[in-house]
Amino acid sequence: MSEHDVLFDAPGPRTIRRFRIINIIALLLIVGIIAWVVVGLRNQGQITTSKWEPFLTGEAWTSYYIPGVLATFRAAGVSIVLALVFGIVFGLGRLSQLRLVRAVCSVVVEFFRAVPVLLMMLFSVRFYSYYDLVDPPQLPLYSVVTALTLYNGAVIAELVRSGVHSLAKGQREAGLAIGLTYGQTLRSVLLPQALVAMAPSIVSQMVVIVKDSALGYIIGYSELLRQGNQFGVAQQTVFPSYIVSAAIFIVINAILAFAAHSLARRLRSRTGAAIAAGTPQVGGVGVGGQTT
Amino acid sequence: MEAIRELLDDYDVLAAFLVTIRLTVFSAIFSLIIGTVIASMRVSPIPSLRTTGSLYVNLVRNTPLTLIIIFCSVGLWGQLGVELADRDSGTFLVDNAFRLAVLGLSVYHSAFVAEALRSGINTVPVGQAEAARAIGLSFVPALRLIILPQAFRGAVAPLANVLIALTKNTTVASAIGVAEAAALMKTMIENRADVLFAVFAIFALGFVILVLPTGILLTALSRRLAVQR
Repeated sequence: MSEHDVLFDAPGPRTIRRFRIINIIALLLIVGIIAWVVVGLRNQGQITTSKWEPFLTGEAWTSYYIPGVLATFRAAGVSIVLALVFGIVFGLGRLSQLRLVRAVCSVVVEFFRAVPVLLMMLFSVRFYSYYDLVDPPQLPLYSVVTALTLYNGAVIAELVRSGVHSLAKGQREAGLAIGLTYGQTLRSVLLPQALVAMAPSIVSQMVVIVKDSALGYIIGYSELLRQGNQFGVAQQTVFPSYIVSAAIFIVINAILAFAAHSLARRLRSRTGAAIAAGTPQVGGVGVGGQTT
Repeated sequence: MEAIRELLDDYDVLAAFLVTIRLTVFSAIFSLIIGTVIASMRVSPIPSLRTTGSLYVNLVRNTPLTLIIIFCSVGLWGQLGVELADRDSGTFLVDNAFRLAVLGLSVYHSAFVAEALRSGINTVPVGQAEAARAIGLSFVPALRLIILPQAFRGAVAPLANVLIALTKNTTVASAIGVAEAAALMKTMIENRADVLFAVFAIFALGFVILVLPTGILLTALSRRLAVQR
């Protein structure tokens, strides 16, 4: 970010004038594009009070958007908790001294990181229904949570591993020196510190989980996107309903990203070795993770 | 094993993965172009371009891909009548869905490409930009000749992550009826639930085969290309 100011000289009077002119031209261009889109939408009859008024009614929120947001939160909340458990178990597994445990955990983690979340969701739906494991009304929720847990758990396992590796070597040595076994050192000395250091990354992983929960739309989970869509179809305001859903998602995720950012800043002053956090990853059906 | 051979005989898995690859390649090219433009805007000295660039990245990055893709189909095409293929050609529906999916994937991933490039620009030492200015290059030539070539080399690793994510994210295109891998898997899983695990294994393996070599190759490439400092 500091690069910005280095890339170009402190402008002199002539350059300032030129920048100002370019700035105005660019501004006009941008405003022009926006105006073109708005006029296009108007000609299509999308910017009329009848299209947008339904969103001001209480029913839009009480019967559609708020239940949708709650369903998104439910899926995302359960998933992050389960993913943390999965991630800690397999992350520690990859740090085990037993070669077999390490190998098994590595294969599991790499597999779930490479397979698209949507495939896991489609599989879970059919798996639960074919073997009759879940109440049919709960089927979509269980499938969304299963897929999100497996994928994000694998990502968190990698975070745990890199978190432990990023700690100062003396921590491990100190643990061993006071007579703890390797496993005890890992669990009671290294892991707690790694978890604190990776807290910001876990919060930014929440952004990925919230975004990926929208995949539930495809398998019929009534989360925010589907609820908004249903409202749009019912009120014949399909186009605006997407804009409203997108706005809600953006607000939720922006708050999460901000939380991750400020958490990272607070931790950086506390611990020297905070894990590089905060850069939200490519969500959607899955992230390439830090490294692959 | 028997089940897998039977499934591969009955269904054209290869054709589905070919569509996945085509989606990936086209979207990668377009998102690289859009992402480069956005990243350049974000480091430019023009305030309005900078603001627009960061607004784009922050809005797109926080929107679910599923929403963008479905919006492309239902919103752009269904509601606004945007068509990206010739209505009279025999393959209108297929082509239109494919191109709308590429549009959505490109828009979404361009935000991440822009972020990757910006992190690449951050790997270029300040001295390079200062040297460029010292020999009299103004912003655009300095960016084009000095900064971006090094930034691209430093950004190979993050760009590789975006490419891998993109490959996996093409599955969302099945939501608007593109006949790629996830769509075929859905059909197969409906028809042959008795061999559920074999079906999943085929497609999971397909993606592992697509994703793992890309990752290994590009990681090696990023080490080779990274500017030695």
